[in-house]
Amino acid sequence: MELQAHPQRILLPAKGSFITLTLALGLLFNLLPWGGIAGVPDLTATVLAFWCIHQPRRVGIGIAWTLGLLLDVGNGALLGQHALGYSVLAFLAFAVHRRILWFPPWQQALHLLLLLLSTQLLTLVIRIAAGGDFPGWTYFAGSLICAALWPALGYLLLLPQRQAEAMDENRLI
Amino acid sequence: MEHQPPPFFNRGPAPLVRLAFFVSLAFLLMVLDARFRYAENVRQVVALAAYPIQLVAMAPVNLFHGVVDYFSSTTALREENSALRARQLRAAQGLLQLAALQEENGQLRRLLDARERLPRKSVFAEILYAARDPFSRKVVIDKGSQDGILPGQPVIDDVGVIGQVTRVYFLVSEVTLLSDKDQAIPLQVLRNGLRAVAYGAEGGMLDLRFMAANADIRNGDTLVTSGIDGTYPPGLPVATVVRIERDAAYAFASITLMPTAGTDRYRQVLVLSNEAKPPPPQPAPPARKPVRTKRPRKGG
Repeated sequence: MELQAHPQRILLPAKGSFITLTLALGLLFNLLPWGGIAGVPDLTATVLAFWCIHQPRRVGIGIAWTLGLLLDVGNGALLGQHALGYSVLAFLAFAVHRRILWFPPWQQALHLLLLLLSTQLLTLVIRIAAGGDFPGWTYFAGSLICAALWPALGYLLLLPQRQAEAMDENRLI
Repeated sequence: MEHQPPPFFNRGPAPLVRLAFFVSLAFLLMVLDARFRYAENVRQVVALAAYPIQLVAMAPVNLFHGVVDYFSSTTALREENSALRARQLRAAQGLLQLAALQEENGQLRRLLDARERLPRKSVFAEILYAARDPFSRKVVIDKGSQDGILPGQPVIDDVGVIGQVTRVYFLVSEVTLLSDKDQAIPLQVLRNGLRAVAYGAEGGMLDLRFMAANADIRNGDTLVTSGIDGTYPPGLPVATVVRIERDAAYAFASITLMPTAGTDRYRQVLVLSNEAKPPPPQPAPPARKPVRTKRPRKGG
């Protein structure tokens, strides 16, 4: 268990196709017709933050911006709103990526909660400045759900990299 | 002699520089979109890229609807059928009178030399989903510029006005509901013809603004479109008054309306075309004066 909490274990390199697939799935989840439900978890942001933390050289602000633009159009939101939020999220995730992995998963989730909440707050300020309606406090519930999902999500997203080709008790690969 | 770091260490611009670049790009887009409406072309292009993802995202919902339709029992269908039959019967009475009334109305209007109200074309559409943007109230319908939908067209269902088309893509369009904060609709009290403007309010309700505190309006009054804006055809039911607060401290009464139509019931809507423009001004009667022809002067 101690080894699980601290990433001493050496992982296989992440596949680009897997990163793309997970980001696309997150986007798909966000574009599901949710109706007017407030507080739907922003899974794209969570997956994006995960890859920005684990693969900071491959997933960065540019990809975050593009994903945000796609979401802006898909949701009929103000153009650039998600793009701005995700860029800031990617930057914040990059800023903490060296430190956050030394914490156990639930403490990582607390870090993530802070990142997601600040992103949402930024979006909220932008939209209200542009003449939007305050969507109610349930709007922030999405970040709480995302943070609660973080340990499970992290386990799932790292699963392909844990598939060692030859298991060796002494080598931890 | 300077040494370049090997390309292995080259990481491009610093993260803060990248952030500044993309944030300013996002701000540029936002200002263009919110203030000048110049970003529609960008939106159209990105919409084409997002369309396949949206299509895939719609699949589970369509599957759900299909399964529900499949398992809806014959009894439910029969009940619905009889309810519809009864409703049609009730409507038939009105329809029969309507033909006669329309004829009479046309005659009277010709008599008054008023222009006849032109019939409007309409496009049948289905609501695909409610847009996920929590800051506004919009639904997406399955007809776009391909079917001749234009921005600004009113959208109705079988009981009243739903809203207005605000953005058109190639295959789908966005309809802003009446309950959106920025959506206004000119109305008329059916009972006495009093005109007013309603805006979207919280909780799917409407807010009748700028009505004097002593205005003749009561609970339960029906409001219909007045048609003076030239967008909505006149006489469509929109809402009923549910709450009136008259406070002597304010010049205006606070009036809350409940919309007649609801997007949460049926998925079928009609998009009305606003082609009904006023007829062109009639050519002036031929002038009796002889038309002077100007001779071009020479010299000067």
